[in-house]
Amino acid sequence: MSFEDWYRADRLPHIFCAGCGNGTIINCTLAAVEQMNWKREETVFVSGIGCSSRAPGYILTDSLHTTHGRAIAFATGVKMANPDLHVVVFTGDGDLAAIGGNHFIHGCRRNIDLTVVCMNNQIYGMTGGQGSPTTPKGALSTTTPYGCAETPFDLCDLAIAAGANYVSRWTSYHVKELEKAVKVGLETPGFSFIEALVQCPTAFGRRNKFRQVADHIEFLKTHSLLRAKRDRLLEKGEPVPEDMFVVGELMRRNRPAIGVKP
Amino acid sequence: MTRTEFWQGNTACAEGALAAGCNFFGGYPITPSTEVAEHMAAKLPKKGGVFIQMEDEIASMASIIGASWTGARAMTATSGPGFSLMMENIGFAIMTETPCVVVNIQRGGPSTGQPTMSAQGDMMQARFGSHGDIAIIALSPATVQEMYELTAKAFNLADKYRVPVFVMSDETIGHMREKVIIPDKVERVERKPFVAGSPPFRATDPDLIPGFPLFGTGQHVHVTGLTHDERGYPCATNPGLHMALVKRLVDKIENARDEMADYEVINPDAEQVFVAYGAPVRTVLQVMHDRKDPNIGFLRIRTVWPFPEKALAKFKNAKRFLLPEMNLGQIAREIERHTCVPVKCIPKLGGELHTPSELVAALEAQP
Repeated sequence: MSFEDWYRADRLPHIFCAGCGNGTIINCTLAAVEQMNWKREETVFVSGIGCSSRAPGYILTDSLHTTHGRAIAFATGVKMANPDLHVVVFTGDGDLAAIGGNHFIHGCRRNIDLTVVCMNNQIYGMTGGQGSPTTPKGALSTTTPYGCAETPFDLCDLAIAAGANYVSRWTSYHVKELEKAVKVGLETPGFSFIEALVQCPTAFGRRNKFRQVADHIEFLKTHSLLRAKRDRLLEKGEPVPEDMFVVGELMRRNRPAIGVKP
Repeated sequence: MTRTEFWQGNTACAEGALAAGCNFFGGYPITPSTEVAEHMAAKLPKKGGVFIQMEDEIASMASIIGASWTGARAMTATSGPGFSLMMENIGFAIMTETPCVVVNIQRGGPSTGQPTMSAQGDMMQARFGSHGDIAIIALSPATVQEMYELTAKAFNLADKYRVPVFVMSDETIGHMREKVIIPDKVERVERKPFVAGSPPFRATDPDLIPGFPLFGTGQHVHVTGLTHDERGYPCATNPGLHMALVKRLVDKIENARDEMADYEVINPDAEQVFVAYGAPVRTVLQVMHDRKDPNIGFLRIRTVWPFPEKALAKFKNAKRFLLPEMNLGQIAREIERHTCVPVKCIPKLGGELHTPSELVAALEAQP
């Protein structure tokens, strides 16, 4: 079987815009799932509302496309009621960090055995480009027409502080790294959180000087700072560039978890 | 062998759920319902079930829906403020035809209102609180015995009709202690089995209810709150399909109105007829007992939604329906919709039951 066999072919074509990064992240996730040798009937994908949350609808397993922000709460019910199921949550920055922020931190605190993949496009794509809790300072959106004045969340720091067992960040440029990270997340008992920064040409890129999709992917590539490099900078007491974001495995630990398959 | 217990209403509610096979409870503390969660927290793990205290009522409602898709008999318990928070996910359960039981031990509202006092102010919220055109089932116990029986029954109705079922109790019944006779076992109705390979949301039977495709059984069902076709696939801009789906979701409940009707008729030839559900039933029974007047009738309603309007016609000589409610006339308005007989609303807010003399005064007052 290949990862493509996990797709629900009769749902295609999908609704994602040309140049959207979400497909890349779904591919990477399914490639990791495929390597786990999980059976389809034992695997459930859960999501909330937003572009990223449409992903489970394209996957040929049981799937639960729920209400805005609540995917982790629904997934908690599925996983606690039947720990034999493998439960993967797809979410986005608005779904996870704004309306669903409380469920996110409590999922991490409980360390419930879920893998949460967040497609962070730093904007509300589906509703047409409003600012989100991860919109960078100064970035333009329809609700920050003079530049975002607020400080964004670091989703990975949030997950680590709240207690998740595994936390990684990559981008739609780093497909192999992302696939490996998702696989480690799937293997790790407890709450695994993988953030994938993605380009959104329709709602974010065109308002923020990424004229071509490739320009944005290039930005994600050149502005990622490997965790090891960041650590070396810190060791030497040198400043970490403010316009870069850290990528790599940011946390792996073995805190007691709930909902783990017996 | 039946046995007898002396229980608080909230305990009886939890025990009724356990007797019905409830094996998942997701909840959040709120007065005056908390004892239901506490009892489930103590009992469920010992029975192999799952109790989880969620971070809020939104998550509680979400968790029981998720659990229900794995086949669990799932329940939550709350009061007005929590019930308000649950409304969106209740709509999701209606749209996705997810069986679940929500207990509302009503307290005085609006807002934080009277946390420790009794009320029936959420009756219309139960019916219409979630957005869109919906139909649900709501039961209203008037005794601790009924807390046990109706909670158990709620699970059967939820599984049969694939809809959220509300046990609309109140602080009075929830916190009162009474004798409960526990039967050997309670009746259990299972979900309609799913025919493998058929479209998961196709309803071919006259009852308009599709079979239930459990998660984890290889059916690959896609469940979405979006308007969906029979395959479960989103079709949110197809007007005819949306109309047909919403009509079916409403009709499967409304068409079963008579089947679900649960009420008691006392003195059907009477001209003055009390109608009550929940705690006010008790005051009416006291008045009936004191007056022993065949001209005073009583319609005691247990299934409030869908409203059993045919019960009103049992009182052929009725000149007036008198509605003692612990709200400003929510079900009185529903009755006005179904009858030409004058309806006298006897509202009471503040958290205390009607006194028998208040009902007698209403009875004797000229219209």
